[in-house]
Amino acid sequence: MNNRVGVFICHCGKNIARTVDVEALRKEAAGLPGVEWAEDDMYLCSDPGQQLIRERIAEQNLDAVVVAACSPTLHTTTFRRAVESAGVNPFRLEIANIREQCSWVHPGTAETTHKAAALVRSGVEKARRTQPLEPIHVGLQRAVVVIGGGVAGIQAALDIAEAGYPVHLVEQGPNLGGRMAQLSETFPTLDCSSCILTPKMVEVSHHPLVTIHTLAEVTDVEGSIGNFQVRIRQQPRYVIAEGCTGCGDCVPACPQVVPGEFDRGLGARKAIYIPFPQAVPFTYTLDREHCLNQGPLIICDRCAQACEPRAIDFDQQPSEELVEAGAIVLATGCDTLPLSHFREYGHDRHPDVIDGLMFERLLSASGPTHGEIRRPSDHRVPKSIAFVQCAGSRDPERGKAYCSQICCMYTAKHALLYHHAVPDGKVYIFYIDIRAGGKGYEEFVERVRAEDGINYIRGKVAKLIPKDGKLEVWGVDTLLGEQVKVEVDLVVLATALVPSQGIQELARVARVAIDGDGFLSEAHPKLRPVESQTRGIYLAGTAQGPRDISATVAHAAGAASKVLGLFSHDELVEEPTIARVNEALCRGCSFCVSVCPYDAISLHEGTAHVNETLCRGCGACTPACFAAALGPRGFEDDQILAQIRALAC
Amino acid sequence: MLIGDRKQQSYEPRIVAFLCNWCAYAGADLAGTQRLSYPPNVRVIRLMCSGRVDPGFIIEAFLEGADGVIVAGCHPGECHYEHGNRLAERRMTTLQHLLGFIGIEQARVRLAWVSAAEGRKFAQLIETTVEEVRALGPFQQFPRRAP
Repeated sequence: MNNRVGVFICHCGKNIARTVDVEALRKEAAGLPGVEWAEDDMYLCSDPGQQLIRERIAEQNLDAVVVAACSPTLHTTTFRRAVESAGVNPFRLEIANIREQCSWVHPGTAETTHKAAALVRSGVEKARRTQPLEPIHVGLQRAVVVIGGGVAGIQAALDIAEAGYPVHLVEQGPNLGGRMAQLSETFPTLDCSSCILTPKMVEVSHHPLVTIHTLAEVTDVEGSIGNFQVRIRQQPRYVIAEGCTGCGDCVPACPQVVPGEFDRGLGARKAIYIPFPQAVPFTYTLDREHCLNQGPLIICDRCAQACEPRAIDFDQQPSEELVEAGAIVLATGCDTLPLSHFREYGHDRHPDVIDGLMFERLLSASGPTHGEIRRPSDHRVPKSIAFVQCAGSRDPERGKAYCSQICCMYTAKHALLYHHAVPDGKVYIFYIDIRAGGKGYEEFVERVRAEDGINYIRGKVAKLIPKDGKLEVWGVDTLLGEQVKVEVDLVVLATALVPSQGIQELARVARVAIDGDGFLSEAHPKLRPVESQTRGIYLAGTAQGPRDISATVAHAAGAASKVLGLFSHDELVEEPTIARVNEALCRGCSFCVSVCPYDAISLHEGTAHVNETLCRGCGACTPACFAAALGPRGFEDDQILAQIRALAC
Repeated sequence: MLIGDRKQQSYEPRIVAFLCNWCAYAGADLAGTQRLSYPPNVRVIRLMCSGRVDPGFIIEAFLEGADGVIVAGCHPGECHYEHGNRLAERRMTTLQHLLGFIGIEQARVRLAWVSAAEGRKFAQLIETTVEEVRALGPFQQFPRRAP
């Protein structure tokens, strides 16, 4: 510890010198053990100030520097660069904060100078114990795994692939498209949803850098930013993708009819099927759960007989693939609260109580009714509809506390499309507040109210009572302060958006945090909205929280740009101020492993080992170590204890 | 003689504060930026996280002449390192019980949550801690280590 420390004290004009006796401070500093040189200057952060430091380092052969000035949050980088250019390792710079935490908060008394002296003493004691540190260089695998094949995943995959990096797009279902593929038209422009999504699905499926894994899920994530190993498990499709021409000859041959998930159970499909006519990849899927062939014995091969290209393979097995990736984008989308959640609205007792997504399928030209609005019970065109907004949203007692963001807008769209289809039909919209914050949204809602004369009733619906093939809606109009009772043919609930199923398991596997509502947590709600709390894992779309399509696309593009920012470097350069293990002292008790917030420590042959890219240098492991075998560089025990000794006396 | 040598003065409590870099230290900086005023008895050690604070540091501070110790970090749920502040809370609670057990006033060790926006809260924290520790008198339970 025979360091040659230089102390530089800044007047900061009069900001420090007004209350701190800088000359007394300099004298005291000059007499401290280890200090070779002490000097003061009017403005150390100025170019001449930095030049002074550089010159003294050379003249006095200094190997560590203490700058007593403003808070380290302001000029650490400035002074690190200055000392580094003069040959002192930047991690051998200490800053004594004698402005924000001394001269600005205390009066011009001797005690204030005493405190400044203690802070300088503490800085010197620490500086004497610093070691030269070098940034850590880590290799970078410039490929990405995007989980979720909805519009968010597609957008992120395309943006990244367009920039020239390989993408693995992993989709749990048999086809891409996600929720957006189920929609009829999009608010507020009334674009046909498929018409704007299909070109994107085709583009991503034909992109030479995008590998699409459908019927696939991520079962394990190892490694860290720059170098993840992602295990993708592929379920069998029982149809050979390369062989299937999409002719559909297998479908009429199949005897098994089941409710179609894509149509939310409103339509039927066969056990061999393609969910919707624009599906990408355009490959049929054999749903073995509903196929007659449950066991290994094949008792029905009518689809195989009908398939001219011989693309059906009953013997396909699940397979696994390990993919190397530098980054991961989570775009797992959302679900809606199931109708069974709403006992008071009685969907289990009445088929004409449906949710907004079912209504989308009724509106869709490729839906079960070919775009004609017909109610499920008797397939008649409903002459009146009640829309119930905030079904489960903004309802902390019985549903979700949050606003689902999109329901006000899609309900207005539903009302408008229904009114256009059935001009003499009656519409009642029950709402709490209308939230139409997006571009062109308020105008859209106003148009629906004014031009289409839709009846908006401010109030909640308490009960639905089936009555002579109709539904009696019992509600309240809070603006008029009276009860409302209307008879309608169909009720559409704007059910709350919730995270998609399986998100918890994926969050556990990928080691990312989820919030109280089950959505993935962003690193910072304002400033880091597309990053997860795990470095190298980014969030896109409704997996992070409810949002509409335009916000989802923007979010996904943001996640892609973060990935591209990461990939713009040849290697990762990591701060060296992370934990290191003294292997000679480590006893392998693994207490450090259990407290690490980042799973950065693991035991290898009875000794703790720190993953340098996962560790962020918080130091939580150090107090847990009984053997004093590990500590974060830059904040080691001997340095802190020396600071305590310098300050407490 | 060092400027800070307290033997020359009447009793002024000496407080050592361990502040996390992201919240409490930033809150202390904000107190400065807002030109708030608080007693100069406090001496700050900046750590990256309150979870870095070893209970041994607090004993060391008392052995070296401190009369009170503050550990301050981010509010629960807002830790920059996910749950370092919770670790600090558990360690400090255990330590306070231990100190109480051997007859040391628990008020000498204070755990606080100060966000980067709470300059005023930081200033008040210092004020109340200094007053409380002043009322307790100098820390004399441990023999002072020879300098």
